Amino acid sequence: MIDPLQGMDALADVLIWEGRVAEIRPRLEISRERLAELQEMDMTGKWIVPGLIDMHVHLREPGEEYKETIASGTRAAVAGGYVAVACMPNTRPVNDSATVTRFILERAEREGACHVLPVGAISKGLQGESLSEIGELRAAGAVAVTDDGRPIMDSLLMRRALEYARIFDLPVISHAEDSRLSHGGLMNEGTVSTMLGLRGIPSAAEEVMIARDLILAELAQCRLHIAHVSTAGSVRLIRQARERGVPVTAETAPHYFTLTDEALMGFDPVFKVNPPLRTEDDVQAIKRGLRDGTLDAIATDHAPHSVLEKDTEFEFAANGMIGLESALPLILDLVRADILTPSEAIAKVSCNPARILGVPLGTLQTREPVNLTVIDPDKTYILDAGQFESKSRNCPFHGRHMQGQALMTLVKGSIAYSRITP
Amino acid sequence: MPFKRKDILGIRELEVHEMEHILEMASSLKEINTRAIKKVPTLRGKTVIHLFYEPSTRTRTSFDIAAKRLSADTFSITTSTSSMVKGETFLDTVKNLESMKPDIFVIRHSASGAPHRIAGRTEASVINAGDGMHEHPSQALLDMMTIREHKGRLDGLNVLIVGDIAHSRVARSDIWGLTKMGARIAVCGPTTLLPSDIDQMGVQVCLHPEEVIPDADVIIVLRLQKERQQQMLLPSLREYAVYYGINAERLKRAKPDVIVMHPGPINRGVELNPDVADGPHSVILDQVTNGVAVRMALLYLVSQK
Repeated sequence: MIDPLQGMDALADVLIWEGRVAEIRPRLEISRERLAELQEMDMTGKWIVPGLIDMHVHLREPGEEYKETIASGTRAAVAGGYVAVACMPNTRPVNDSATVTRFILERAEREGACHVLPVGAISKGLQGESLSEIGELRAAGAVAVTDDGRPIMDSLLMRRALEYARIFDLPVISHAEDSRLSHGGLMNEGTVSTMLGLRGIPSAAEEVMIARDLILAELAQCRLHIAHVSTAGSVRLIRQARERGVPVTAETAPHYFTLTDEALMGFDPVFKVNPPLRTEDDVQAIKRGLRDGTLDAIATDHAPHSVLEKDTEFEFAANGMIGLESALPLILDLVRADILTPSEAIAKVSCNPARILGVPLGTLQTREPVNLTVIDPDKTYILDAGQFESKSRNCPFHGRHMQGQALMTLVKGSIAYSRITP
Repeated sequence: MPFKRKDILGIRELEVHEMEHILEMASSLKEINTRAIKKVPTLRGKTVIHLFYEPSTRTRTSFDIAAKRLSADTFSITTSTSSMVKGETFLDTVKNLESMKPDIFVIRHSASGAPHRIAGRTEASVINAGDGMHEHPSQALLDMMTIREHKGRLDGLNVLIVGDIAHSRVARSDIWGLTKMGARIAVCGPTTLLPSDIDQMGVQVCLHPEEVIPDADVIIVLRLQKERQQQMLLPSLREYAVYYGINAERLKRAKPDVIVMHPGPINRGVELNPDVADGPHSVILDQVTNGVAVRMALLYLVSQK
């Protein structure tokens, strides 16, 4: 049983009664009559952890339901061990109003397999020109604001967003990219892009923007969260800012600590993502950032695309890869490589994102119906994207040998997904 | 040893013995082009489709002549006549053409890697006739053939490539090929047109042509596209010509037997002055002649698979 928020990592029995955690003890003594009312499950060798949270997901609904829906995306989430996903606002229409936020929450309530945490747009229509009604978004249920997918190029707008979001205590999530520096780029700029003749995106395109946003967050004293950190320089900037007290948090994604730009050698668009896969040095720096806590969270940036967007020339293919059903074993790789302890690893996908988004999830210590994930850390298998719950198949880890899998996911006290065969 | 490759996608993956094989074959086929009746039945009954998703006169004509002199049936599909204007994707077009059972696709595409995407999905051979900024293997091979005809060897030569290295597929293929054949390569151009980490490809990098011209046995001048000026890469074509243009004055410090090459088409007065392009060091038209022979060799060899 691992609950990082409680500092707990111990062998224990847990009693779940009417969907709520009734007792956690090293050894539960339960009378025979009582036992008859319960279902006993032997989880020897498994990890029981607070339900996992993915703070960066694209559910594509409304507007691009052929790629993913709230129903299919949340099914993919629970299959991957997640009990909550924060969905980005770049839908059609954009989630820049209370109406769209409410639509997402109502649809999630009716059809969703797990909690859905809508993230509102910073700017109306993601146009980067004027602020959306952030207060209304918050009142409707948005947990953060971002223009994810597009950078806020206008520094004044970013300053105002940070200042204004502070009224409602919403974190501002930065998609850090200077789109002038990245213009036309298809992959990381470096030796591999030079060899492949693909236009490069320099690390500087990300780092310049992170530096600006850190300075603006310091000025506005607003909570800033940096999405999908991919470079060594970004980790360094965030670490330095945190040391001088800037209220910043940050996330990275499994592909940024697992893959490098060498994966693009065959021109397969499944590896095309923004920010792009970087170099081995960056991968090592991301791992160090995870280890020392500079990077608080691991999110997937689950970005479903159909063959229409992906099965094309590399240059014309869309950016993005799905991650909900492949992330967990890759996170466990960090534990096996002694980069994170089990508790640290779980914190990056439970209590840390819960704290950043200000949601009452991420711990087993609650009177509410429990959200919990059972992980089989030893299960080995070859990942088959063909079996995914997601509607899309753009997974760069298809066919990879994996170790570790979600065995059972409990959402609001009920079994939302289970691989336990009766 | 038989030639085993189904496709010619790039020089990077070719072994030295394979390049030697292609060059030998090209040398022996070259003679056909000087006959009164320039046709042999070698590829009779084979179908070659030229799929050109980017404007090209020289390369397409060269491949077409090569295929016809080997008696293949050839068809050309260019951007203006293809269904791409109707919204059909490149992969759909190729799948449809595939159903008509061609033997060889010759593909030119503005997107790097496009021929590679096709090669894995068709039984026909794919010859890359230039993909984006990635590779132009037939150009590198004809460059090697031309250099060898004039210098007798490739091994140990100093080859200087001048110009827009960043956007040049010719530069990349030449670097892979000539390096493997034992030549020493220097690349020279303005910093804005040198791709990052180009030294990782095993070349010397230089910013001032004067420093490397005296050592060069071969100077390959690259085409400078006029739109580079709008992309903030250069202040003006005029200034480019002043610092990087190859002219007779600059060549005064070169070796007396230096040869000057250009993949064409030339921007006269920008990267190359007429006094050099039409002068005694220029072997540019030999490159064009050898292009047909090299492409005959490629078409012949991939059809032996």
